[in-house]
Amino acid sequence: MVGLITAIIFVPLVGALAVCAWPQGGGRPIALMFNVISAVCALALWRNFDATAAGLQFVERHPWIPAVGAEYLVGIDGLSLLLVLLTSLIIPFALLAQPVAGSSRAFYATMLVMQSALYGTFTAQNFVLWFLFYEMSLIPAFLLIKIWGGENRDRAATKFFLYTFLGSVAMLLSFLGIYFAKGTFDFAALAGLGKNGLLTGKLAWLAFAGIFVGLAVKVPLFPFHTWLPDAYQSAPTGVSMVLTGVLSKMGVYGFVRLLLPLFPNQIKILGPWLLAVAICSIVFPPLAAWAQRDLKRMIAYLSINHLGYCMLALFAIAASPVVAAGIDTHAALSGVFMQIFNHGVTAATLFYFVGLLEQRRGVRGIDDFGGLMQRTPLLCGWMSVAMFSSLGLPGLNGFIGEFLIFKGSFALAAAFTAIAVIGLLVTAIVFARAMQSLFSGPLPESCSAFPDLVRREKLVIVPMTLLMFAIGIAPQFLFNIFNTTVTQMARLFA
Amino acid sequence: MTPTLQVFLIISATLFSIGLLAVLSRRHAIFILIGIEIMLAAANLNFIAFWRFGPQPQPPTGVMIALFSIAIAAAEAAVGLAMVIAVYRHYHTTNVDQLDQLRG
Amino acid sequence: MNSWVLTCLWLIPAAPFAASLIILSLSKARRKSAVALAIIGEVLALALSILAFMPTLQATGFRAVQNFNWFTFGEHTLRLGFLLDPLAAAMLVMIALVGLCIFVFSVGYMADDKNFTRFFAYLSFFSGAMLGLVIANSLLLLFIFWELVGLASYLLIGFWIEKPSAAAAAKKAFITTRIGDMGFFLGMLWLYDCSGTLLFYDSGNGCLESAGLAMLGASATFIALLIFCGAVGKSGQFPLHVWLPDAMEGPTPVSALIHAATMVAAGVFLVARVYPLFSVDAINGVTPSLTVVVWIGVTTALMAALIAIAQEDIKRILAYSTVSQLGLMMVSLGVGGVAAGIMHLLAHGFFKALLFLGAGSVIHGCHGEQDIRKMGGLRRLMPVTFMTYAIGMLALSGVPFSFSGGWTKEEILHATAQWPKSQAPYYLLLAGVVLTALYMTRQMIYVFFGNGRSASERAHESPRVMTMPLIVLALCTIFFSVVLTSAWPWLHGYLTGEPVHIEITRLVQPMLFVSLALVSAGVVIGVWMYRKAGVQDRDRPAEIDPLEYAQPGVFEFLANKMWIDDLYDHTVIAFSWMAARLSDWMDRYFWDGLVRGFGGVGQLFGILTASVDERGINAGVDETTAGARGLGRLMSGAHSGQIQTYLGAVAIGMLALLLLYAWLA
Repeated sequence: MVGLITAIIFVPLVGALAVCAWPQGGGRPIALMFNVISAVCALALWRNFDATAAGLQFVERHPWIPAVGAEYLVGIDGLSLLLVLLTSLIIPFALLAQPVAGSSRAFYATMLVMQSALYGTFTAQNFVLWFLFYEMSLIPAFLLIKIWGGENRDRAATKFFLYTFLGSVAMLLSFLGIYFAKGTFDFAALAGLGKNGLLTGKLAWLAFAGIFVGLAVKVPLFPFHTWLPDAYQSAPTGVSMVLTGVLSKMGVYGFVRLLLPLFPNQIKILGPWLLAVAICSIVFPPLAAWAQRDLKRMIAYLSINHLGYCMLALFAIAASPVVAAGIDTHAALSGVFMQIFNHGVTAATLFYFVGLLEQRRGVRGIDDFGGLMQRTPLLCGWMSVAMFSSLGLPGLNGFIGEFLIFKGSFALAAAFTAIAVIGLLVTAIVFARAMQSLFSGPLPESCSAFPDLVRREKLVIVPMTLLMFAIGIAPQFLFNIFNTTVTQMARLFA
Repeated sequence: MTPTLQVFLIISATLFSIGLLAVLSRRHAIFILIGIEIMLAAANLNFIAFWRFGPQPQPPTGVMIALFSIAIAAAEAAVGLAMVIAVYRHYHTTNVDQLDQLRG
Repeated sequence: MNSWVLTCLWLIPAAPFAASLIILSLSKARRKSAVALAIIGEVLALALSILAFMPTLQATGFRAVQNFNWFTFGEHTLRLGFLLDPLAAAMLVMIALVGLCIFVFSVGYMADDKNFTRFFAYLSFFSGAMLGLVIANSLLLLFIFWELVGLASYLLIGFWIEKPSAAAAAKKAFITTRIGDMGFFLGMLWLYDCSGTLLFYDSGNGCLESAGLAMLGASATFIALLIFCGAVGKSGQFPLHVWLPDAMEGPTPVSALIHAATMVAAGVFLVARVYPLFSVDAINGVTPSLTVVVWIGVTTALMAALIAIAQEDIKRILAYSTVSQLGLMMVSLGVGGVAAGIMHLLAHGFFKALLFLGAGSVIHGCHGEQDIRKMGGLRRLMPVTFMTYAIGMLALSGVPFSFSGGWTKEEILHATAQWPKSQAPYYLLLAGVVLTALYMTRQMIYVFFGNGRSASERAHESPRVMTMPLIVLALCTIFFSVVLTSAWPWLHGYLTGEPVHIEITRLVQPMLFVSLALVSAGVVIGVWMYRKAGVQDRDRPAEIDPLEYAQPGVFEFLANKMWIDDLYDHTVIAFSWMAARLSDWMDRYFWDGLVRGFGGVGQLFGILTASVDERGINAGVDETTAGARGLGRLMSGAHSGQIQTYLGAVAIGMLALLLLYAWLA
């Protein structure tokens, strides 16, 4: 089974070439076909993954640029596998979202390039390789917003690119510093060294700050988040789905994989401040979401809030002054992983729904709709499920992650967690308001010709919603993927 | 007045100056050619003079050069006249003031 | 014989859930199948509930627990479970029975609705969640079902979604209860942190068992109060009661089932379920948390009863009455009368469902009119409704003898009188009893007595499918009192596990007379005050309420719900909305402004560099070239093309050389 990871990384790239080379057609069928192949690869990974074994699996290691310690080193543990599966899940649905105007073949090819970069980011275990993929995902995203975006796309794309790129540069510099001190780019080796401090004195703080800023922009963490609403708002539906569903997970992944293992001491010292930043990410964005008129922008803000919970849990683990008791760290980490996956599924679905509404109405302001329940009960019903999932209703996927995050964080940082509950409440308010103004009231003239869900749309919505129910009711199958990794990481952080 | 080198040189210089003056002041191409011939003649005179009053006044070295020079001058005059005719045919004038194709 | 039910407790909520799922997948036109499915599901649930009820009779203090693993995270396992004890069993039977009556009633009441099938899907869903709630053996599982009943309530309040007021009421209910739920959530987390488990009973390791309670220490008070927040939200206690009267926007059967009989009582049930948490380290039955419960309950009971006096909407009066009665139950729990509180809960479930369905029948008969001032004289037009409504009214007012509400209310008063901390709640509750009798008398007079007014002109008795449930519930209300009387307090014994003897002499107690006197006082005052209600008086027009005429200030204060809603609108809601706007503004202008500022600084630097390039370096090169070109132009002037000029120049040059030579030599 060695070579499977390489295959999964390169299949979409080949797909991109094929889409470009194919003489006619829109490119979507071919893109989907290659997605089926990569999904098969991902399932094969899942099937052959030994859930009880610690450490990396399916490792492939080849020298690349020995002079700078760069290797082609890929491998997966539970977390990586989870994210690979998430990528394989979200991208095909994003491809099925409403078609873009203009050159659609180029669009699908760019999406596939991004997919390849995402697989690479989640499987690379050497910094140079990881950074390569990390940046490689940025450029397609930039192009996708810039070329196929909506209103204000130039501004949004430039802001997105410059902001994240600046963060990446800071991170690269930090890693160069670490490399000169320790002489390795290998994640596992670096994590082993982290306990005793990779660097000393001011240099350590500089390196910490660089990596922190790079990842905080990516997540994004308050107050580095202002690129996100613009980018998500301007991007076409499918791209918004990928941005929120998968791309935003790269930041959290980076925190788990890099910052927490490498700089435990710094995080411990800054603990309360970092927790306060996470709390700000949880409390203020949903409040801002409440004041939005644009549905996409609203969901974008709620995305910040949902990933804020992840950051709360991670900082709580790393900053807790007592040696973390097993169950709390386990709960918090499991919660983070669940939340990553659930948010990917739920937020992508919500963006898909907003896309459907926009497709039918031409605009997507919250006040542009009304009384839809009378006209399109199916659309409203399924969309409500996604909304309830996002606000953490028990029985749906969102609750599992949030409960575990709160359970773990409460034990580790009770006061901060208590404040974070405001986020849960405001999220509920935002969705209740959205449901009220979209679904209820008299049916306005402008919405009276809406078609209800058609079969092609159900093809996306039904599987996603069933997945939400499955995770919400019997989540064990997901936990099995990463339980060993959680245990292992908890030991590393303790 | 004894014919000395100095006398010849003065004559030659005068001749040259006359030729030069002709070349510079006349507007007709033929006259300019004539001026050039006069300047050549001045040069030839210089050759002869330097030979006759030089350290080796034996024949025929100085004369030989003068003869060659005259022959070349004849050829040159022929070429020059041909060019003048060509110019005239092309421009319908031999006034050098109007022939300013060389202007940079 | 009944053992299989005890191991399959999950079947009880599963039956209505399954019915709900199937109905949702049916098309709108399949009305008959939808009803059949919903009722079959509910009958199944009732049958299973009764089967589960049986074994609890056999031994006092019966408790069957069935735990299972939900999922494993890291190396730890989260366990949930189901629990059957007298409290759960009694609730199960009541919920299923009342639910069934309301299902049947709805068939008639909702007959003309175009979303008939969806209504039954929601009702079944609610029923399943509520049944699950009472048999949960884990605070987490209870919370899950708690949220699901909240969802059902949200969906059903907003069932007539094209009505903006219904949608607004649904939103209000959802958000207000969620405020309480967040406290509940935190309390649950805290409890989980302290005791390490959320299972109530787990063969000695549960959080409600002595070992678990001992681990809580001083935090027990806070945990209990946080959990109580959830109960305050769900049970419409002050200060989160504002959603419940608005929830009357939903169809009347929904108000009966969810907002009177079952879901709102879930808060009381919750407190009763985790009562050991409240009573940790009790001195003489008093703990700080229970004291809070008492005072919240008293405030709510009295406040809601007062507001009810000045309402015009038949359902709103009942809604405030529900709030008031829930306050009463809370007081009972707070003073230590857990069994009394639960008994009142069960009795209230029956008679309040009866009252709401009666009100539904009245509204149905009056073609959708809900304003009691426009009714009147329905006694003759709707005899069955009148009779059953009167039974409900007597039970609610607390008339003893054969009405269940009287006995339970008396027991609560009894418990409250013995509270060691203060006598004030007792006297306030007595005032509440008078008020209850008063507003119910007012309602009866307005609706059923006097002359017929605008809405009652075309009124008619409801069809049998609606009156039958009324009769069943009325019989339940009456016969339920058999097990409640102080002569044979069987239910009390059943709930507390104490042995019970029949003793007729205990039937007559001083409290009986106190209660009777107060209720009579309320009724008499009511009759006296409202004898001319709805009729032209000497100098008072018919549409003005007698109380409004006598005390316009007081009436306005009460009719406007003590301005609590307005107060919230102008403080909490306005403040939150401002916070939202502020966050948005900060994002757009401050944080994004900072980013743009940084970008601007970069851009400024760029402009600066560019201008140095343009004006400094680039300009130098430009000037040089321009100079060279100018010189060239100057020089090219010499190239006149005139051969003679050239030659002249040569001659002058030669001359100059000669002169130079001559000068050097």
